[in-house]
Amino acid sequence: MLTLDRLGRRFPNGTEALHEASLRIEPGDFVALLGPSGCGKSTLLRLIAGLDRPDSGRVAWDGETAPAPGEIGFVFQDATLLPWADAADNVFLPLRLRGRSRRGAEADISAALARVGLERFAQARPRELSGGMRMRVSIARALVTRPRLLLMDEPFAALDEFTRFRLQDDLLALWREIACTVVFVTHSIYEACFLARRIVLMTPRPGRIAAEIGSQVAPGPEMRLAPAYIALVAEVTHAMQAALAHTPPA
Amino acid sequence: MTRLAPALFAALFLLLWEAAVRLSGVPAYLVPGPVAILGAFLTDPRLFLTSLLSTLGVTLAALAVSTALGVALAVLMQASRLARAAFQPWTVILQVTPIVAIAPLVVVWVGDPFASVVICATIIAFFPVFSNTAAGLAAAPAGLLDLFRLNGAGGWDTLRLLRLPAALPYFLAGLRISGGLALVGTVSAEIVAGSGGIASGLAYRILEAGYRLQVPRMFAALALLSATGLAINAALGALARALLRWRGEA
Repeated sequence: MLTLDRLGRRFPNGTEALHEASLRIEPGDFVALLGPSGCGKSTLLRLIAGLDRPDSGRVAWDGETAPAPGEIGFVFQDATLLPWADAADNVFLPLRLRGRSRRGAEADISAALARVGLERFAQARPRELSGGMRMRVSIARALVTRPRLLLMDEPFAALDEFTRFRLQDDLLALWREIACTVVFVTHSIYEACFLARRIVLMTPRPGRIAAEIGSQVAPGPEMRLAPAYIALVAEVTHAMQAALAHTPPA
Repeated sequence: MTRLAPALFAALFLLLWEAAVRLSGVPAYLVPGPVAILGAFLTDPRLFLTSLLSTLGVTLAALAVSTALGVALAVLMQASRLARAAFQPWTVILQVTPIVAIAPLVVVWVGDPFASVVICATIIAFFPVFSNTAAGLAAAPAGLLDLFRLNGAGGWDTLRLLRLPAALPYFLAGLRISGGLALVGTVSAEIVAGSGGIASGLAYRILEAGYRLQVPRMFAALALLSATGLAINAALGALARALLRWRGEA
């Protein structure tokens, strides 16, 4: 179990990005960190990944060893692909950094690309792919190491709604297939309610966790029009409004 | 039409120049027309072309040395904060020092005429390729740097697989500027060194013709220098386009 124990982070310019954020994440969970810009969602994700260090508190892996390099997959807001490498080489990158040979990794690369529906685009360079396809390559790259924990930082925010819906459906299917823990940052209430089993509401100035809401809605594409989903969106919206009522105006 | 525009404009310019010289009756030792310049060249083409080869040899040697030094120093300064602090002021000093002020000293200190002119031209050509490569090495996308860290990449892998490839477009832009400056540096050094230099380049031909008031010969050497500058610029531009196209970025 991943435990975040009263994490605090203050940037050098004095901004308190995160204030005593505590959270427990069970293995296999799908958690959405939801909140407006500047509430510390991405900072929290970077602290979990070990890309940044907290000024106070700690990240603990209770009952399990801390993840080794490659055991945390990270999907960024942009696809962040190597523009000079094709899709297969981009997916190969994490394996290459861990010393795997290209020939030995071929099956893993093909499987990762197939998982995101891009097996026919292995030789395509990023500039030859659409925004949605580039993000799929980025997800394949994050999954190719078979991570225990997948961290996603607003990965679909820059995509059009049709592509976003499609990728959300595919992400849910992938999550059920590979059964890894997912922490997904978003500022969309609809996206958080659609994807996550647990929605963590965050508020800004300073960034803190305001509430947690569990989802009982059966995940899947058919859920978008389900009354239970609409009700969950309403519940989260009310909770978010209540939480933001106590914060300074943006 | 756009492709032909430079040639058409050059032809029109030469035509007007010749007409102006003939109609005004200005003597050739003040302003020679294009026909007189061509005539001066044709009186001894072997001498001009030998001088051109000499200048070109120095220019290419200076470009090669400045490229090797510029890239090596940029990599060193990227890898070591201490090296960055130590060398940064010296690179600026090299950039702002007028070559005419130090060329006589270099000629005296170094002794060997070829080496002294190459050193002077290298000092002029060094900065663009160095500063552009340094900027490119520092401009690797933050998301990709995070990805490399997450996968346990060391400094060498990050340099080899990310920073150096990401710096290529910057390097090529700097190389193109340095190519022109290497020629400028060669000519400046040849002029300052005078008969103490290699005494065989195009700049020396200009000096020599100037002393004898053979103005058409001066212009002939100058025209060859301009053509050489254009050729270097075009060749480095073609190299940049070919490399970037090969990487799928152009």
